[in-house]
Parts: sequence; C-alpha cells; structure tokens
Amino acid sequence: MKRKYTLIFVAVVVIAFLTVAGIYLAHSNIQVLNPKGPIAEKERNLIYIALGLSLIVVLPVYGLTIAFVIRYREGNKKAKYSPHLQGNWILETIWWLIPTAIISVLAVIAWNSSHTLDPYVPIASKNKAMVIQVIALDWKWLFVYPKLGIASVNYLQIPKDVPIDFNVTADAPMNSFWIPQLGGQIYAMPGMSTQLNLMATSYGEFYGSSANISGNGFSGMNFMTRSSSMGGFNSWVKSVESKENRLTLSAYAQLARPSMYNPVSYYSKVKNGLYLDVINKYMMPIEKSSSGLNSSYSTNMGMGMSM
Amino acid sequence: MNYAYILGKLRGDVFPHDIVTIGGASTMAIVGLGVLLYLTFSHRWTWLWREWLTSVDHKKIGIMYIVVAMIMLLRGGFDALLLRTQQATSVGSSHGIVSPNTFQQIFSAHGTIMIFFVAMGLMFGLINLALPLLIGSRDVAFPFLNLTAFWLFAGGMILINLSLGIGEFSAAGWLAYPPLSEINYSPGVGVDYWIWSLQIAGIGSLLSGINFLSTIVKMRCRGMNLMKMPMFVWSVMGSMLLVLFAFPILTATLSMLFLDRTIGTHFFTASGGGNLMMYVNLIWAWGHPEVYILILPAFGVFSEVVATFSRKRLFGYTTMVWAIAVITILSFSVWLHHFFTMGAGADVNGFFGIMTMVIAIPTGVKLFNWIATMYRGRISLRLPMYWFLGFVALFTVGGVAGVVMAVPPADFQLHNSLFLVAHFHTMIVGGVLFGYFAGINYWFPKFIGFKLNETLGKCAFWCWVVGFLLAFIPLYILGFMGATRRIDHYSTSLGWHPLFIVAGVGAGIIALGVIFTLLQLIVSFIQRKDNLDLSGDPWNGRTLEWSTPSPVPVYNYAIEPVVYDRDAFWDIKEAARSGKKLPAPEYEDIVMPKNAPASVIIGLLAIGLGFGMVWHIWILVGLCFAGIIITLLIRTTGEDPHEYVLRAAKVEEIEKATRARGVAHV
Repeated sequence: MKRKYTLIFVAVVVIAFLTVAGIYLAHSNIQVLNPKGPIAEKERNLIYIALGLSLIVVLPVYGLTIAFVIRYREGNKKAKYSPHLQGNWILETIWWLIPTAIISVLAVIAWNSSHTLDPYVPIASKNKAMVIQVIALDWKWLFVYPKLGIASVNYLQIPKDVPIDFNVTADAPMNSFWIPQLGGQIYAMPGMSTQLNLMATSYGEFYGSSANISGNGFSGMNFMTRSSSMGGFNSWVKSVESKENRLTLSAYAQLARPSMYNPVSYYSKVKNGLYLDVINKYMMPIEKSSSGLNSSYSTNMGMGMSM
Repeated sequence: MNYAYILGKLRGDVFPHDIVTIGGASTMAIVGLGVLLYLTFSHRWTWLWREWLTSVDHKKIGIMYIVVAMIMLLRGGFDALLLRTQQATSVGSSHGIVSPNTFQQIFSAHGTIMIFFVAMGLMFGLINLALPLLIGSRDVAFPFLNLTAFWLFAGGMILINLSLGIGEFSAAGWLAYPPLSEINYSPGVGVDYWIWSLQIAGIGSLLSGINFLSTIVKMRCRGMNLMKMPMFVWSVMGSMLLVLFAFPILTATLSMLFLDRTIGTHFFTASGGGNLMMYVNLIWAWGHPEVYILILPAFGVFSEVVATFSRKRLFGYTTMVWAIAVITILSFSVWLHHFFTMGAGADVNGFFGIMTMVIAIPTGVKLFNWIATMYRGRISLRLPMYWFLGFVALFTVGGVAGVVMAVPPADFQLHNSLFLVAHFHTMIVGGVLFGYFAGINYWFPKFIGFKLNETLGKCAFWCWVVGFLLAFIPLYILGFMGATRRIDHYSTSLGWHPLFIVAGVGAGIIALGVIFTLLQLIVSFIQRKDNLDLSGDPWNGRTLEWSTPSPVPVYNYAIEPVVYDRDAFWDIKEAARSGKKLPAPEYEDIVMPKNAPASVIIGLLAIGLGFGMVWHIWILVGLCFAGIIITLLIRTTGEDPHEYVLRAAKVEEIEKATRARGVAHV
C-alpha cells in the first residue's frame, strides 16, 4: 500500500513538472527549431530526419531491455533459462544489418546535405547577393558593408529575401559566427577568411553570438540581426552614412583594443580594403607589418628565459 | 641581488585574490595538512611507504588510482557546482558569483580534471585491478613501469592542483585552442600548468598502455588463446592500442604549444607562418581516440557484468570482438567531426560525417548483444546491473544526439552549443562513469574483501540518474534555444534562465549522489564484518578472478590456472558439480617483484620538472631532469635484484589460512 502511494506521488510530481516545463517551452523561442531563413530551415529538417531515423534503433533497445529485465528477473522461475545460449548468427547478422541500413540512408543524406548546405555555396535567389564582411574582435563583432562603405559594431541589419554572403575573419583569438535562426555557424579565424551564405525570409530581430571561447569578454560578444524591407534597410544605411564616425586605420586600431560588452556603434566611412588589411597583417613578416596595422603578434617574444 | 634564476617568474603576488579560488585552495591545503598530521601522529608513514606508495602489486596500484580519481571527482564536482551556480545566477544585471576569467579557469579545470584525472584514473585503476586476474596471471608485464606510470599520473594531478594556490590555471578551455592559448592572449602561467600536468600524466598513460598491451600479449595463462579471453580483456586491448597510437600525438602537440609560448616558435600562431588549424587537427587526432580509450574498457566491464548477473554466457562473443576491433580502427578516422564548422569543404565534411555514423554500427551491435545476453537468463538486479541499465537508458540518448551531430549541416547549428555539452556529458557520464561505477561495485569485494552496501548504492544510483536528467535535458533544450557553451553571463530576454536553474538543481542532486557514494563506502567499511566475502565468489562469477580468495593474495594465483573454455571459472564449477575431482594443489616457489621507491622519486622529480617549466625556473628543470635520469640509471644498472622468492611453504600457509576462513564460513 505504501509503495503504491509512493508511486502515485512520484507520478504526480513528474507529470506536474513536465506540464509546467511544456507550457514554458511552448512560450519560448527555441531558435534552432524556429528558423527564419532557408538554410536554418533545411538544417532543422536534417536534425528531425536524423532524430527520426535513430529512433528506429532506440525504441527496440528500450523496449527489449525493459521486457527482458521484467521477464527474466531472478524471481520469475517460470521464464525459460538457457545458460549455454551463446549466439545466433542469424540474429547477429540482423543486428549488424539494421544499423547498417539506417546508417546507409543517413550517409547519403549526410553526403548530399554537406554539398547542398555547404556554407560556401551561394543561395539561389532572384536577388543579387550582398557581401558583408565580419571581423571578430576582442570582444565584439565588426560588420563592414564594403559596397556601401559603412560599418557597424554588434549590430547587423540585412534586407529580407536578399542572400547575404558573409566573409568572416578574426583579429582576435578564434571565434565562431552564429545566428541560429538564419543558419549554422562558421569559425572566425585570424589570417583566414571563411564564408557563410545565409538569407532571412521574414522580418524580425534575430539573436547572434560567438560560439567559441575567445577570452574574458566572450560572453558579451552577441549582436542583434534586424531583417527589414529593402526600403527599411536603405533608410538605415542613410542614417549610418550621416554619422560623423569614420573607420580609418587609427580608428580601427582603437576599436580593436580589448573591450567588454561593447555598445552598438556605427561608422559612416570605412577605409577601403580594411578587411583584406586585417587578414594580410598576419601574412607579413613578423616585425615589418607594412599595412599600417600592427599585428598583435608582432611583439618580439624572444627567449622566455630569465637566466 | 637577482634571484631570477632561482625563482623564475615566481613573485610575491602569485597567490589567488578572488574568494572562490582562495576558498578552494585553502580547503585543499587544510585537508591535505590534516591527512599529513594524521599520518605523522599515528606513525603510519612507514606503513604507507612500504605497503602502498612503493608497492608494485598491481592490485594496490589499482586501488591507489581509484582513490586519487575519487578525490579528483570531488574537485571536478565542486568545479561543476560553481559553473552551474554561476550560470543560474549570472543573468541580466547580475553577474553571478565569479569573474569571467575565474569562470573560464573553472571550466578549463573541470574538463581537464574529469577526463585526465577522474575518467583515466578510474580506467587505469580498474584495469590494474582486474586485468592480470582475468588472464590468469600473477602480475603485469612490467611492474616497475606500472608504478612509475601511476606516479606520473599522480604527479600531473598534484601539479594541476598546485595551480589553484600558486599562480593560476588555464582559461582557454580543456583543449586550449590557439591563438587563445598562445602567449599573447594568455600571458600568465595557466596554460603552462595545463600543458605540464597533461605532459606528465600523458607520459604515464603511454607507459601504462605499453605495459598492459604487453601484459595481454605475453602474460596470459596456459590455454587462454585470444578467442578465450574475457571480453574485458579484449576491450582493454583495443583501448591500449589506441593509447599507444594517440598519446604520442598529444605529447608532440603540447610540446609545440609550449615552444610557441616559451621560445617564440610559430607552430600554431596566426602570424609568422603558424597555423592554428594544425593544432585543432592534432589535438583531436588524439582527442577523439581518447574518447574510445575511455569508453572501451567501460564496455568491457558491462560485458562481464551482464553475463555474470544474467547467469548466462555473453551473447555473440565473436561479433563483440569484431565490434571492438572495428571501433578501435575507425576511431582514428573521425576526428574532424569536432570542427565541421572550420570550413573544410563539403567533401571533407561529408567523409568524416559518414565515418562518424559508421562507428555507431558496432556500438549498436554491442548493445543488442548485451540485451540478447539477458534473454533467457536469470537476471539478478544487483548494483552493477543497476549501473548497466542506467547506462543503456542514458547512453542511447547520447548516441542519438551524436548521430544527429554527425550530419555536418545539422552540426553547424548544434556545434559549440549546450546541446554539444549535453551530448558528451551523456556519453562520458552515462557511458564511461557508469561503466566504471559498475566495475567498482562488481570487483570491490574481490579486492577489499567485503561487499558494498546495496541500499546506499541504490540511493547513489537514483541520485545520479535523476540528477543527470535534470542537469542535462535542459542543456539539450538550451542548445536548441541558441545558448552557447562556456558563457558566464546572458541576457534575461533570451528565456534561458529557468532552464539554467533546473540544470543547477540537477547538479545538486548529482552532488547528493556523490555524497551517497561516499556514505556507501564509509558504512560498508563500518559494517564490513557482516558483509565479508569469505567464498571469494560473491556473485557466482564466470571468470578466473572469482576462483581466488577475497581479498586476493599478493601472488594472485598459488597455482597457475589452465583454461579450457571461455568462462573459465564457470567451467571449473560445472566440472566440480558433475563430480569431477580437482587434483590436490602442489604449491611452488613464486618470484615476486620488490617495492620500487625509484618510481616515487621519479614522480616527485617530475612534479619539480613541471613546476620549473611552468615558472621558467630552468635550474630546477635541469636538476629534476638529471635526477630522473640518474634514478633510472641506478634502478636499471644496479646490482640489487628487484625480485624476491616467496617459498612454497609460505604460499601454502597463506592459501590454507584464507581458504580455511571460507570453509569455516560455509
């Protein structure tokens, strides 16, 4: 009797907990499962497909384990006991083949999706792609719109339905550029340029962040992405162009200094070719950086010995 | 006067300043001091030195490994609680209990300690205890090497804990990716502590790998051909092969990082021709096999546990062996799945994604074989079996998460999120840790001589399982909500806060599980007289180790066993039941290895060497290195024979005494 009440109590607690959790989650923004662009949507679908296919193995594992533990428990003397049973090649072949079949299907999906969702592949659209250069700094994101000559820090505005070709680098430790509702991430690495093609198909504000630890201010490296109409985008560009702030090399050097929880800021004129300058400074001979930017690696480390 | 050549980078301000680190360091110092005082006042130093610290008995070394690992589990567990508290409180305008830098040091230490000093420690502990007995051997192949490996492991452990009180620890994550871990971004000594504690422990692991592989190849008893070896032995063989191939990569990678930091080379820097991507590839070329190094022996434990507690032969022995072989080989071809997001290109990502999925096939086969082992068995639900069932429940979830992330574009959305954190904790806790807990509960009576308390063990089990679900299911969801790993602060509007609170509660329940485990040990010790294992075979075992008295005598087997069948002891028991008379034992002289103080000296010198490297005290480095070489030379060239002979009469005396206890009891 006592055992029964305990079970009922446990069941009530679990159900109540799950109900509260369910209601809470139903009102939350589960970003990865709530895509706002074609890439994020296809990636979410892949997650669902892989989950579904895996369940083909999981359900029998759970079912058989529970059934056998109950059926063949020590106390149940009625169950058959075959201590010498040690294999069955038909069964064993079956359970090599079932996972192999599932994995074969998944392998095809993985191979094809790796190609179709390759972050470097441009997104097919009637609109021409817009290039945005992304530079991860200690500890903020700098977004440069090279065609427009403007830049913003920790804020990204894009027109809806226009494919965006992000070129990503870092002038800092490695970071990872991630806007979950638009699509998966790519590393931002110093001296290298990676590419990520994304597009928003609805209006809204989407959370973006750095997914890779980069030091003290890493947790503050997030930004809002606003997807607006072309008209809204253009008027935003106008408003940025009217700002006094210019991103010259010296202003960039100032910006690149470590700072935490950087507020949003805008630059009306960006030095031509800044993105390449930032990458190239890591390509220069160590002590003679000719781009005018000092490599953060240009200090002479010398022998660390103190003798 | 310039003391730099004596003090290196050491200065007066190397002691911690923030309250959490001071608390941690002083707690450890006080507990350590207490233990030292106790040993001194109870005159136990000689005993400790002779019976434990210098003992080359593989069983004692195994116990020392497990003791160190359990202490480190407490340290790593405290770190985990701090991390959970920070993430549950640092939201909106509040910035929690620790600074970002301290937070980053804590998670770096948590990961490093849990993998290298808890999981690896428990693994080498169990292998030391069980492996020689399972193959019917009196010892491991290289007893001195074995003890030296333990002391290097302990040396690395001491060095990493020194960082708590002297200087700082790495804040660059448990794998310290450059350029963050390079001198420009991490100018302190933290990364150097990380490098040298892993270097020292890693060399110990490599030595252990050589030792156990040789033991399996050369020390099996008569009749035990490869296909008669217990499955645990096969799994250890796979694991140690991986150690042999993987750990040199770690050693080389860490050395290059240290050279970058110390003498200004450019292996992994972003400028000067270095390439951080090389580091990421190398570290995972070690790191992924490392995962299988840890999990394979846990699989081996489950194979022994399921067969024993189902009173039935292991189902599909041959396919199990093949599954281990496939996993061993494939584990070197999947490392790139840790960085699909580096932009390697579709062909490369596709290839590694598929290889990653393929490795799920043999793992699935193993699961089905364990389940089939229970079919038509007589399942006795004792503690080791509880941990097995907990493993099935959790590991499957983790496996599904792993298969999902093996699809590269799906991984783009899950990588570096808390989903990933939840995935690998499900594998390491649900797979590795549960496996070793099963092993500890299973083999405890064999080596200590009494059984562990079942009730408290079950309390610990349920706390671990329920706590785990509460701590990590929210993390899976948080990953979907866009929460990245390693953040020390987030904004309220993201809606993550309630889930972080639930995760914190879960961590608290796991902590309760750890407390129950400790209580289980204490209560079992107090009540040991009632739970003595006098038969030597408390579970009606199947493998050779259960034919010895508990605790196992120093020489393991008075008479070297001969094996005719896979479940050798079950076979003997069946023969005995059918009336076959075993021949009367004829005892013989046994050659035993002597204690090896040299191992302790090498371990201590290795700490000095590591400390010197960290603080750039080159004179200390030179002295310790020379000391290690000299110790090795004396040990290997000395006249002193490192063995003694245990006379047959003495063996007979020990055997009769231990067996008599059992008979009296029956």
